[in-house]
Amino acid sequence: MISIVDYGSGNIRAIGNIYDRAKIEYNVVSTATELSKAKKIILPGVGAFDETIEKLNSSGLKAILDKKVLEEMTPILGICVGMQIMANSSDEGVQNGLGWIPGKVKLFDTSILQKPKIPHLGWNTVDIIKDTGLLRSIDSEQGFYFIHSYYYEVENESDILTKTFYGDNFTSSINRDNIYGTQFHPEKSHSNGMKVLINFAEL
Amino acid sequence: MLRPRIIPCLLVHKKGLVKTIQFSDPKYVGDPLNAVKIFNEKEVDELMVLDIDATIDMREPNFKLIENLASECRMPLCFGGGVRTVDQAIRMVNLGAEKVALSSSALNDMDLLDQIGKAIGVQSVVLVLDVKKRNKLFGSSVYEVFTHRGKKKHSKDLDVVLKQLHDHAIGELVVNDISNDGLMQGFDLDLASFVHERIEVPFTFLGGAGSYTDLNKLIDRFKIIGAAAGSIFVFKGKYKAVLINYPGKEEKSQIITT
Repeated sequence: MISIVDYGSGNIRAIGNIYDRAKIEYNVVSTATELSKAKKIILPGVGAFDETIEKLNSSGLKAILDKKVLEEMTPILGICVGMQIMANSSDEGVQNGLGWIPGKVKLFDTSILQKPKIPHLGWNTVDIIKDTGLLRSIDSEQGFYFIHSYYYEVENESDILTKTFYGDNFTSSINRDNIYGTQFHPEKSHSNGMKVLINFAEL
Repeated sequence: MLRPRIIPCLLVHKKGLVKTIQFSDPKYVGDPLNAVKIFNEKEVDELMVLDIDATIDMREPNFKLIENLASECRMPLCFGGGVRTVDQAIRMVNLGAEKVALSSSALNDMDLLDQIGKAIGVQSVVLVLDVKKRNKLFGSSVYEVFTHRGKKKHSKDLDVVLKQLHDHAIGELVVNDISNDGLMQGFDLDLASFVHERIEVPFTFLGGAGSYTDLNKLIDRFKIIGAAAGSIFVFKGKYKAVLINYPGKEEKSQIITT
């Protein structure tokens, strides 16, 4: 059973609808007891970094999440800001992140040659750096939908799952052991995104 | 590489979808949720839905509609209509709208954009400007900004509003060309260019597209841009029969040639 964490952030129903269509069982969890039973976890997230991490802290779910992810090695997929809060910190705020995968969330540099506009908005391609089941049979040219001004700069190259070009190459999804995160929105990326969510269910 | 976006813009009026001509004569074209279902199958890049009654009726955003649309949408949703407060914007994002569009409330108080950006992330804040071209004597022209479905003229012209924007953070600017709305005679590329050279955020242009060639012309000129349209995605053929449609992969490669 996949558990989608409801801590007041992110598009839970859009994710749930995709699993409904794929006839994959899931539940939406908002208490520590429910979360402790999760076999797989999806951590959505929309909004600003500090607001999101504050919501998670006040939800009372942080301790059990740490235990599930770091001790029980339960697979987890963070989406957008739900991924960014896995970092140590962010340029967008002052709060500490979960610190699961070493790195810092940074603002796009608009001073470089291509002068990318902020936010990075729309459909972009991905270059698969590491072969894991999460991106099995996706169309990397079709790509995914992005909407963000900040990106996760990981400390270790080995944690990079995909890169995407926007003015420069940035890390557009990450993975270490049982922990996965995508900057793009699989729940809003049509058939390609649906594949990612199904792949996660089948990991 | 990042691609330009091709965006259907749907107008909600008295619970149904309508298409207007120069912001008047709303013609019923169907049910919002049904349209979303069809656009899902067509794999559209993004969807914009504007409730054109909310501000005029002094209503708050239609949260029930937003919730229904957002949970049905397998593509990103931008919703506008009646947004006046930070709390409303937060609620919309929590219901699943990726982007919150503001117009009259933000024009009255630009700081509202910053306050909402702080709460939901700047990337999700969209400003919509309804613009009409006014020809002055001796051939020169000026772009005026309107609110309340094109009925109420804003105190400042477009160039002034765009200058003001440099002091405020938004994620996207949508310019809706009232003069060409529903005419299907092509985009006013001079207006698009006027806006494009004055802003530094992602830009989406709406109003006037009558064919895929018109979308192609806009994208060819500005490369990474949101090419939005109403009529061409809800009407088909010379007699404008109502038919929800969207370019397939092949047609898209002819629209996006850059």
